[in-house]
Amino acid sequence: MEKRDLTCIICPLGCMLEVNIDGERIGVSGNTCPRGENYARKEVTEPARMVTTTVRIKGREKGQVPCKTAKDIPKEKIFDVVRRLKEVEAVTPVRVGDTILPDAAGTGVAVVATANVD
Amino acid sequence: MKKYDIVIVGGGPAGLAAAVGAKENGSDSILILERDNQLGGILNQCIHNGFGLHTFKEELTGPEYAIRFIDRVNELGIEYMLNTMVMEISPDKKVTAMNCTLGVFEIQAKAVILAMGCRERPRGALNIPGYRPAGIFSAGTAQRLVNMEGYLPGREVVILGSGDIGLIMARRMTLEGAKVKAVAELMPYSGGLKRNIVQCLEDYGIPLKLSHTVVDIDGRERLKGVTLAQVDERKRPIPGTEEYIPCDTLLLSVGLIPENELSLGMGIEMEKATNGARVNESLETSIEGVFACGNVLHVHDLVDFVSQEALLAGRNAARYVEGKMERRKEEEVRLIPEDGIRYTVPGCIRLSNMDDVLTIRFRVDRVYKNCFICVYLSGQCILRKKRPVAAPGEMEEIRLSKEKLLELPTLTEITIKIEKE
Repeated sequence: MEKRDLTCIICPLGCMLEVNIDGERIGVSGNTCPRGENYARKEVTEPARMVTTTVRIKGREKGQVPCKTAKDIPKEKIFDVVRRLKEVEAVTPVRVGDTILPDAAGTGVAVVATANVD
Repeated sequence: MKKYDIVIVGGGPAGLAAAVGAKENGSDSILILERDNQLGGILNQCIHNGFGLHTFKEELTGPEYAIRFIDRVNELGIEYMLNTMVMEISPDKKVTAMNCTLGVFEIQAKAVILAMGCRERPRGALNIPGYRPAGIFSAGTAQRLVNMEGYLPGREVVILGSGDIGLIMARRMTLEGAKVKAVAELMPYSGGLKRNIVQCLEDYGIPLKLSHTVVDIDGRERLKGVTLAQVDERKRPIPGTEEYIPCDTLLLSVGLIPENELSLGMGIEMEKATNGARVNESLETSIEGVFACGNVLHVHDLVDFVSQEALLAGRNAARYVEGKMERRKEEEVRLIPEDGIRYTVPGCIRLSNMDDVLTIRFRVDRVYKNCFICVYLSGQCILRKKRPVAAPGEMEEIRLSKEKLLELPTLTEITIKIEKE
């Protein structure tokens, strides 16, 4: 049986979680809400993260558009997504929520703008 | 001279929410003065997510959170001026400001809301020995360079201080291709949020060196490296523990200072523990009709609480302008922070102006496990809140009910302290 100590990151409370992994069975303790248990299960089976970064603006020397993945993506894909976005330029005007890239590095998750740029 | 009922200094999260709070409570004459070329303040450079969980029940990035409030300000038709710097405010609320189009000008306000935010402690405040080469930045400056202006300040990075901005920048610089070699923290614990330690350092294998500091800086033109050393319990470097780390960039994330030059110029009474104004239950300073909220009042970790606080400051300013605020000095009840509590905001309560439930925010002085936050009225415990963990890096709050306080007619002091099990 494997034991892992995690810090829950779902909310600012930061509960200390103890996860016991016994094959298919995963036991979580230390959480104060069900979201903590879900986080721990996901973190030990398929960890995922939201990626936030910036892209350049087409035709402009200066300025950038901040963007994020529309939802979290597998943790090991973070650098693939950031690298792919280095090749992308946003076309102004950009509004919050506009799609910057429909599929971030094969994750099936879109990258969307997080600010308005005229 | 132009006249407004309420002038708000600063168009960041505090100023925006204060304006919304004032407008929603009936004020029709509000002006926000912002020195940058856009509203939103420092949120605009905080492109990471994690904002707004409490307010909007979703995780937004900084610019997205700002836009929610900017849109609301625009919907409500609240006036604002950009690129405008407030130079001085007189105790009778005459605001002197300047910008490129109007030059120097004055505005007479009936109420003023201070929402100037805070700035970073610079290298000069730390007494780090060594040369002064290029390559030493505050973490927030680096954040602005990377996220807004599109420059990478360096390739091999050491970060001093584990405040949230430093942790966020460790991840950001890593994603942009820099190698972050270490984060050194003077204290035996991190001042940053736990989620940031997990998501910004542990995820990328960046070592967090607790009880460490920078003892030497190498390089004349450009930074070549820093020497880290472990410190003892009195924060003195321990000889023999020095470690030289080659790097071209040192980021400092060593604390934030409320930006209170205007408040001091007005003669507002300050609170030593917060470097912010001393305020009462209405978030009103020692000058009648002058309110303070957000990071200029005390440094917050979560913008949601800045917005909550500022909405109240705005509402209270609107009440003040309408003459709905009671002022009877004699009934001020003082809040006394004791064992383990560094400060409280507010610092005193006038019961006649108190809401049915008042949120008291405070910080503890070190890490406590399995402790109780206790509130005493004249020796009688009225609240005992269990906390599995309380740390200086995470602001705590309790809620006081007016009903409870009114039960004691001779109440003059409320004591808040930490008790162990």
